[in-house]
Amino acid sequence: MTAILRLDDVHTDIGQYHVLHGVSFDVPEGGVHVLLGRNGAGKTTTLRTVMGLWRARKGAIVFRHHDITAMRTPDIARLGIAYVPENMGIFGGLTVEENMRLASASGEFDKDRLARIFSIFPAMQKFWTNQAYALSGGQKQMLAISRAIIEKRDLILIDEPTKGLAPSIIRNMIDAFREIGTETTILLVEQNFHFAKALGRGVGVIEDGRIVHKGQMADLAADADLQTRLLSLTAEAH
Amino acid sequence: MGSLDRIGGVYLLPVILALIAFVFIGQPSSWATLTVAGLSMGMMIFLMASGLSLIFGLMDVLNFGHSAFVSFGAFIAATVLAALGGWLVADSAFLNIAALFAAIGAATAFGAVAGWAFERVIVKPVYKDHLRQILITMGALIVAEQLILAIWGGVPIQVQRPAILTGSIILGDVSIEIYRVFAFLLGLAVYVGLYLVLNRTRLGLLIRAGVENREMVEALGFRIDRLFVGVFMAGSALAAMGGSMWAGYQGLITPAIGGELMILVFIVVIIGGLGSIQGSLLGAILVGLMANYVAFLAPKLSLASNMLLMMAILLWRPYGLKPAAKG
Repeated sequence: MTAILRLDDVHTDIGQYHVLHGVSFDVPEGGVHVLLGRNGAGKTTTLRTVMGLWRARKGAIVFRHHDITAMRTPDIARLGIAYVPENMGIFGGLTVEENMRLASASGEFDKDRLARIFSIFPAMQKFWTNQAYALSGGQKQMLAISRAIIEKRDLILIDEPTKGLAPSIIRNMIDAFREIGTETTILLVEQNFHFAKALGRGVGVIEDGRIVHKGQMADLAADADLQTRLLSLTAEAH
Repeated sequence: MGSLDRIGGVYLLPVILALIAFVFIGQPSSWATLTVAGLSMGMMIFLMASGLSLIFGLMDVLNFGHSAFVSFGAFIAATVLAALGGWLVADSAFLNIAALFAAIGAATAFGAVAGWAFERVIVKPVYKDHLRQILITMGALIVAEQLILAIWGGVPIQVQRPAILTGSIILGDVSIEIYRVFAFLLGLAVYVGLYLVLNRTRLGLLIRAGVENREMVEALGFRIDRLFVGVFMAGSALAAMGGSMWAGYQGLITPAIGGELMILVFIVVIIGGLGSIQGSLLGAILVGLMANYVAFLAPKLSLASNMLLMMAILLWRPYGLKPAAKG
């Protein structure tokens, strides 16, 4: 399968710290692909490096046929990559509508697309004119994801969308991501293995800034020993 | 929502301040004159502060050189007004106003162009480094003041007002200077303009979003550095416009004009909350009213009163009265 995103020996420093030590992996086109790892393993740094928010010191990042390693963040975004950061990046002083309008290249909405978003996340329609700071954590996450899909994107980078969310909202998110994953490629960074297992097609595991495992999620999900070794999951967590 | 918010929130503060002042001043005519003076002073300070607040909020830049634009605006306006002296005293209201607008326009245009150069040469190399920002913008301010001394000299310059804006309107016992009314209306027009741009246009949407979370604006595909330049130019132009209005208000200007006003401008930005135009307006009106009331009641406490006001507000609301939300 063709890779929509390819990272080849990517090294990233944050200040004096060498965080990514040669990360290499491919993200095949279509579906949800997951990057798993413990806290501080380098998951967020990987996404931010792809997005150009932190610069790779060495290595190459290729999106489709574009070498985006040294590109500016806005130029990377305009190639068709959306980013949902861990803190969601919601503009609290703006309304839900304004948040969405900003993410639309023309400033106008495609009615069919908007209707689809409302069907996935009805809360967005309900709180359309409300200021975003007043939304709950789950609703803010829905807004962050809605903003990422208000335009047709080729790739969406999503950083720990389940963090701090209630289990019922996480179940809704699984359904939403399944639907979004039918039209675009998602690279999901997660610590919640159950969430990742329910969605992921491909999986990579990162540890200390290096990819230590690549493969299919189904294989990892079926191998409890591998999960324990790679992710330190306990028997109960399986 | 608190009880204050239910009845108008922090926007009631100027009204409360005016009512308290009314009790202490006692004479309605003096109170009304001081209130109009405070409002017009507040609007002129708003012109200077609004740009600084946006620059602070959007770009996280501590621009201590902002007062240089105020000073240059004042001196350029004074020069244009002196050159068009014949128009100022002409019987024609049109010529009077044309001279005034030429002076304000020249100052504002200079502010925009100088702001562009200042951002590109002085500020751009020190983004994300507050210490260097303070040092380099303070240095630029010193250079700018020396340039003013070299061009206009150290002798105070008299600034003539257009004939149509001299004198006062008398309403019963209340005397209201026409220039102050004009300053108030101009400040109000600029506020409405800024409000409409920020709240009704895509550019304004981008600026408001950028004040909250610059990184996310970039991740949505927008070049925030271009926005920075535009906001810096607008902020500098507004400072120069404020300086030009202040020159006519004071009637006599010295190269220290910007530095003197900067204390008030910073108080306004801090009281109002960073990155907020509404906050700047509210803070400026409070500062203008407080300065005039206290100058009448206890002249020695005039400047200290605004410092105390700032301390009281920061103890109550550490981020100011109407800060822009931060993502």
